[in-house]
Amino acid sequence: MHRVMQQPFKTAVLILVWGWLLFLVLAPNLLVVGASVMTRDPVSFLSLPLNLDAYRQLFDPLYLEVFLHSLYMAAMTTLVCLLIGYPFAWALSKVGKQRQLILIFLLIVPFWTNSLVRTYALKLILATNGLLNSALMSIGLIDEPLQLLYTEGAVIIGLVYLLLPFMILPLYSVFEDLKQELLLASHDLGAGRLSTFIHVIVPLTLPGILAGVMLVLLPAMGLFFVPDILGGSRNLLVGNVIKNQFLDARNWPFGAAASIVLTVTMAFLMFAHRLSKRRIGEEGA
Amino acid sequence: MTRWLPRTYLTLVYILLYVPIVVLVVFSFNESRTGYAWGGLSLRWYEALFNNRAMVNAMWNSLWLALSAATVSTVIGALTALALHRYRFRGKKLLNGMLFVVMMSPEIVLAISLLALFLLVGLQLGYVSLLLAHVTFCLPFVVITVMARLSGFDESLPEAARDLGASDFTMTRTVLIPVIMPALLAGWLLGFTLSLDDVVVSTFVSGPSYEILPLRIYSMVRVGLKPEVNALGTLLLVFSLVMLMLSQWILIRSKR
Repeated sequence: MHRVMQQPFKTAVLILVWGWLLFLVLAPNLLVVGASVMTRDPVSFLSLPLNLDAYRQLFDPLYLEVFLHSLYMAAMTTLVCLLIGYPFAWALSKVGKQRQLILIFLLIVPFWTNSLVRTYALKLILATNGLLNSALMSIGLIDEPLQLLYTEGAVIIGLVYLLLPFMILPLYSVFEDLKQELLLASHDLGAGRLSTFIHVIVPLTLPGILAGVMLVLLPAMGLFFVPDILGGSRNLLVGNVIKNQFLDARNWPFGAAASIVLTVTMAFLMFAHRLSKRRIGEEGA
Repeated sequence: MTRWLPRTYLTLVYILLYVPIVVLVVFSFNESRTGYAWGGLSLRWYEALFNNRAMVNAMWNSLWLALSAATVSTVIGALTALALHRYRFRGKKLLNGMLFVVMMSPEIVLAISLLALFLLVGLQLGYVSLLLAHVTFCLPFVVITVMARLSGFDESLPEAARDLGASDFTMTRTVLIPVIMPALLAGWLLGFTLSLDDVVVSTFVSGPSYEILPLRIYSMVRVGLKPEVNALGTLLLVFSLVMLMLSQWILIRSKR
């Protein structure tokens, strides 16, 4: 009898969950795809006929330059995060268990604190008469303050500062799973340190690297408030372009097409991540 | 050498991560208006903050929004996790996939898609639109927190409850809910913090009728330096720290 009793509960839960996701996730995303192939309209935002003008506009030299510059800054951010995060995660996985818990806690504290406020805190340090310049001048390393704020470098520093934990955490989890026997075996078979690193450690930590890249690269193209606060008007991200098109220029098809570029990038990275995980699964078995 | 090198490196990165936060906190007690030079200890910026009526109003709005978004997303997220854990149904993979995509997709993509939806159905931008949006991005985090708890759970208990004649609803209420309670609390706290900190999604789906704190800060810091922001940032920092410690404490205690 309880089989019958359980049905209403199950049905109610499933309707609620599916309803929420279909209405607030699937439908909105389909709307964006639809918007990207429509025509811009000053009154109702969108109108017919359907066309691919918005996608053509992405390749307009003016926007293409902004996109490439944004991609460059995002790629640099990801690279810096990887270079700092990889040895960091490695070192972290070697620390004693009890201390590891505290260190990870210290790593996620920034994740829980307001990112806008933290970006603003960087401004205090990087400004022309800010702390870094005063410190460098007082020890006599420079005579005149450096222009640090409103540069490409400031945007990259800001993005790295906000996103570093997202690179470290997936890397840390793969280093935790790294089997010491495999490293010993590699040594026993005569591989040197460098060779072990390239042929054993890197392939085994690849899923972590790709997960970290995914978690850093995508936000690094979207977090529009970072250039707004640190970068000035010349160092824009794709996120700034999307925001301007939707909220100021009111060119929805173009904004939607730009956002689809981000989604496609995400899909590609997810696919690569899956693939790398599957490969390791097969080799491990 | 192999011992001190990693340790020095870890310490160095932690220092870099925390320097801006420390600077912010120290400068929030700075008497000086210019914001860069030290002018003596003072609480004037905290005072200015609480005398700013629009700011206090935005603070209350944000707290109310975070409270309601965390609660709604915990209820829906917990039910989703239970359904994914217990039931076999059509489209389970799709459901899992959608949650994963929400968690992974850049916030700005979620933001414009929701803006498009709200304008299409004619929903006025304000509290309701913010609530729907915040619940949506908090949901996957609650689901994975609860799923993690359920996956390490002895299956014989719900079976026993069933055999003793409990309905699914009764079994959920008396057996499963107590088990996932710590995860519910942790998920709620995470949702609360995510909602309180969100800038990207809120920028798109909020209207003039309901001003919230992150957007007020955003409009302040875009032009120059505002010492009040140091004070506000410090308060938010302390607040999030308390929330985080609470959630970790709940999770760790429940494992013993």
